[in-house]
Amino acid sequence: MTRFSAWNVIKNGLSNQKGWDRQWQDCEPKDQYDVVIVGGGIHGLATAYYLAKNHGIKNIAVVEKGWLGGGNAGRNTTIVRSNYFQPGNRQFYEHSLKLWENLSHELNYNVMFSQRGHVSLLHSPSAIDTAARRYNTMRLTGSDAEIWGLKKLKQKIPHLNYNVNARFPIMGAAVQKRAGTARHDAVVWGFARAADQRGVNIIQNCEVIGIKRDKGKIIGLETSRGFINCKKVGFSAAGNTTLLWNMAGLGELPIESHKLQAFVTEPLKPLLDHVVVFGVGGAHFYISQSDKGGLVFGGDLDSYKSYAQRGNLPIVQDVAECATSILPCLGRVRLLRHWSGTCDMSMDGSHFICKTPLKNLYLNAGWNYGGFKAGPSAGWYFADLIANDRPDGVIANHDLKRFERGINIDERGAGPDPKLHG
Amino acid sequence: MIRIQCPFCGERDHSEFTYGGDGSIKYPALNAPIKDWLAAVFHRKNIRGLQLESWHHINGCRMWLLVERDTVTHKIESVRAAHIDFQKILKV
Ligand SMILES: Cc1cc2nc3c(=O)[nH]c(=O)nc-3n(C[C@H](O)[C@H](O)[C@H](O)COP(=O)(O)OP(=O)(O)OC[C@H]3O[C@@H](n4cnc5c(N)ncnc54)[C@H](O)[C@@H]3O)c2cc1C
Ligand SMILES: [Zn+2]
Repeated sequence: MTRFSAWNVIKNGLSNQKGWDRQWQDCEPKDQYDVVIVGGGIHGLATAYYLAKNHGIKNIAVVEKGWLGGGNAGRNTTIVRSNYFQPGNRQFYEHSLKLWENLSHELNYNVMFSQRGHVSLLHSPSAIDTAARRYNTMRLTGSDAEIWGLKKLKQKIPHLNYNVNARFPIMGAAVQKRAGTARHDAVVWGFARAADQRGVNIIQNCEVIGIKRDKGKIIGLETSRGFINCKKVGFSAAGNTTLLWNMAGLGELPIESHKLQAFVTEPLKPLLDHVVVFGVGGAHFYISQSDKGGLVFGGDLDSYKSYAQRGNLPIVQDVAECATSILPCLGRVRLLRHWSGTCDMSMDGSHFICKTPLKNLYLNAGWNYGGFKAGPSAGWYFADLIANDRPDGVIANHDLKRFERGINIDERGAGPDPKLHG
Repeated sequence: MIRIQCPFCGERDHSEFTYGGDGSIKYPALNAPIKDWLAAVFHRKNIRGLQLESWHHINGCRMWLLVERDTVTHKIESVRAAHIDFQKILKV
């Protein structure tokens, strides 16, 4: 594999780009693997990479029913941050942010991670107090966080709607400067290429359609490309987790599949150099500008449970209203595209990286609509769990039995209703 | 937009309603074993296909409805009042 370097870019620039190899091999499935990861999104590929790199496991496959990053990995609004509050979550996401900070070097692939800052607008004194508590807690965990007053905010982002007569006047912002955005496809491709380089077999167009069990163990996976024997299996299938769980005959999960939309406008000249979040009184909206110039934004779930990767119109209106209420200058900007992904919404809004009732099956799921930022860390801890057959302390409570123990890791305090989490 | 045939108001946009959730859940008796409550509150079938679900006509008659809807095509197969007494009166 040709490494990306300034030298190689110049050399290939002068030789008609003929010197590059395939980024990863198009593998035929083998009869047998030590570990098979189901799902070729950012989580599955990161898991395979860290299994090979951190744990020296050699015989690994990632099986993906479509193409790499065709699921939520390629559909999200690419916001990366670590402003979480609950124990376990905040260490986990801070670890992920640290991995992101070095990811382009780690993978020798430009994932275009841009730490442009994440600015959550605040609209009342009590919201400022709540944010201060959350952000102080983050600082105790070794993360960065600050509260901006109105004066500073106006200097940094002058074209927000600062009208004092607005329904929710802006009073300040909670800011994480190290947060930002990354290029979603690049992260997927970067992990795939780096995993392939360490010997991982990446098998696309390979759908798991059945699971062969011998009592408490999985023997192998029935796939659209033949039977694969496996010593260990990891599910990393986001919105489709329940279907695999059913194939394994394991009953019900604390997860519902809901769809979330994302939107992009026509490209504009540089307008917004931060991620801005507007969330008050029923509004929920987040926006950033991509390197191509399009404004990328999203809002709430489509409100009802769904496996369709297809969005509805009321949410289009909803986000458009939010957009023009905080950035009135967008009034005449045209929407270019909108699309939707199937999210694995969990009962408390937090994830599961855990063992399962089957001895050699491991689960990574329940990412709601915040699993992009989690990708590197989820891969890291899921690989550690699979290799060592025990959870690290950071994910000790992120198992399927936490509700039985009376533990809810509920950042929003929304209660056991998947559609209310974020 | 999904259109829901409310038995009280007629056919309306889904944006007039709020989605309740899985309509097949039977809440156990108050003194039932804790594992029954765990299942009712936290565990979901999460069906891909036809499921029974509840909707609240919050910006209409404010009645709760039970809807059979496909979670892939979003096609609605049936709608009825959630409360058994209303079902009897309306014969749906
Ligand atoms: C519109 C939208 C916006 C979002 N915005 C953000 C954001 O700003 N920040 C953030 O942190 N997160 C965001 N998220 C969440 C994030 O995208 C997901 O949590 C994350 O991508 C999930 O992990 P993944 O990449 O591994 O999933 P996916 O990319 O969905 O990967 C799962 C893969 O499993 C495959 N699969 C499923 N079943 C099978 C089978 N039977 N056999 C083989 N393969 C199978 C699928 O084809 C899929 O490719 C957003 C999500 C959506 C939908
Ligand atoms: Zn009605």
